[in-house]
Amino acid sequence: MEISIIKASQVTATVQKLLMDCNYFIGEDIMDALKCAYKNETSPVGKNVLEQIIRNDQIAAQEELPMCQDTGMAVLFVEYGDRVCIEDGSFEEAVNEGVRRAYDEGYLRKSVVSDPVFDRVNTKDNTPAVIHTKIVSGNTIRITAGGKGFGSENMSAIKMLTPSYGEQGVKQFILDTVKAAGPNPCPPIVVGVGIGGTFERAAQLAKKATFRPINTHNSDSRYAAMEEELLRDINRMGFGPAGLGGNTTALGVNIETSPTHIAGMPVAVNICCHAARHASAEITGTGGNV
Amino acid sequence: MTKRITLPIRDEDIKDLRAGDNVLLTGSIITGRDAAHKRLYELMQQGGELPVDIKGELIYYVGPAPAKPGYAVGPAGPTSSYRMDKYAPALMDLGLKGMIGKGARSQEVIDAIVRNQGVYFVAIGGAAALIAKSIKSEEILCYEDLGTEAVRRYEVENFPCIVAIDALGNNVYETEPPKYQTSSK
Repeated sequence: MEISIIKASQVTATVQKLLMDCNYFIGEDIMDALKCAYKNETSPVGKNVLEQIIRNDQIAAQEELPMCQDTGMAVLFVEYGDRVCIEDGSFEEAVNEGVRRAYDEGYLRKSVVSDPVFDRVNTKDNTPAVIHTKIVSGNTIRITAGGKGFGSENMSAIKMLTPSYGEQGVKQFILDTVKAAGPNPCPPIVVGVGIGGTFERAAQLAKKATFRPINTHNSDSRYAAMEEELLRDINRMGFGPAGLGGNTTALGVNIETSPTHIAGMPVAVNICCHAARHASAEITGTGGNV
Repeated sequence: MTKRITLPIRDEDIKDLRAGDNVLLTGSIITGRDAAHKRLYELMQQGGELPVDIKGELIYYVGPAPAKPGYAVGPAGPTSSYRMDKYAPALMDLGLKGMIGKGARSQEVIDAIVRNQGVYFVAIGGAAALIAKSIKSEEILCYEDLGTEAVRRYEVENFPCIVAIDALGNNVYETEPPKYQTSSK
């Protein structure tokens, strides 16, 4: 069986680059959506806020500065080929070393504390990363990394809906969550929704949904329609850019789904600010035989 | 219309401000967020003297990113203000004149603003690189061990913000969104 050998240093360098890049360079999908919103926004204050966000993101890219001071907690979605062998170290260590270097050498803010309740001491290097790994068939490692800010993370919610709630119940929970968040998560937001699976799978899918470009739709036309309808309903709420009023409260709604149990219909809503940061890369190794 | 204010802010300035006004601040402000507020608040509860004089000051809720070489400060946009709601009324009662942050405040904070004739400004969340252009220098005042959460003094020039809650209790987060609401959802 052909395997591929990937050096731990390749993983570290890739993670470092992805985290620095995503904090400096906003995705084209988001920039296009901001410019489109600027054209269509009817609130003068909202228009002014959008203009400042666009200018900010342009300055960040030109000067290679983080677009937001909250450079987030590092979250990675990894598709790990089952024929990959890591040389000279462990995968997890290599990822955390990449986080350490990105946040140190990239002048990103270290925002992680060691213990959630008692100590709350800053780890000073933004580790550990939150790593979601899926073993796939293949001999490469594909990584999508992002820095997740907590102004919006704190506005997220999960609910264990049951089947009788149906489509309407799902939509209502998503709208209620966005409404409760109001002006706080730095609108215009990206709404990531995970439906199905178990408690933790729904949450993971919701995060994954925020990492999907907003100019794409769910491949199932029924969910794609739900994405469009929810976006329209959210933009009718009036919160607007920075929550100061307007018709641009969200830039996109992305839904990801999973098979679930006969008794359940979990729904998780992960809210992301307009600085929706993520970047992807594939690492290939050198061949080898076992 | 944009109002220009030279700091320290005077009572007359605050009296003239109305929710929704665009403001450019020039002068000195202090910074503080979650961990610093917790320490200041606990110190007050114990009757201790605060390591920083907050009388007449504006406090900016911010935890900046580190400054790149050649820059006075790192990107420094506002953090969500509601997390400081537990502490803000006590600080205002001690003489803090106003706050700069983002997002809605509790009724207790609005009451404290009216009671003390203060003001709540908001800066644009996520516009950190742009906002940092108006911060000319920084100095750490206390709690250096908190890193990004240390209390700093910023010298700002034409720092852009918007009056969100004025001394009469007018609140843009209550008045503005309904004007653009087009459904009952």
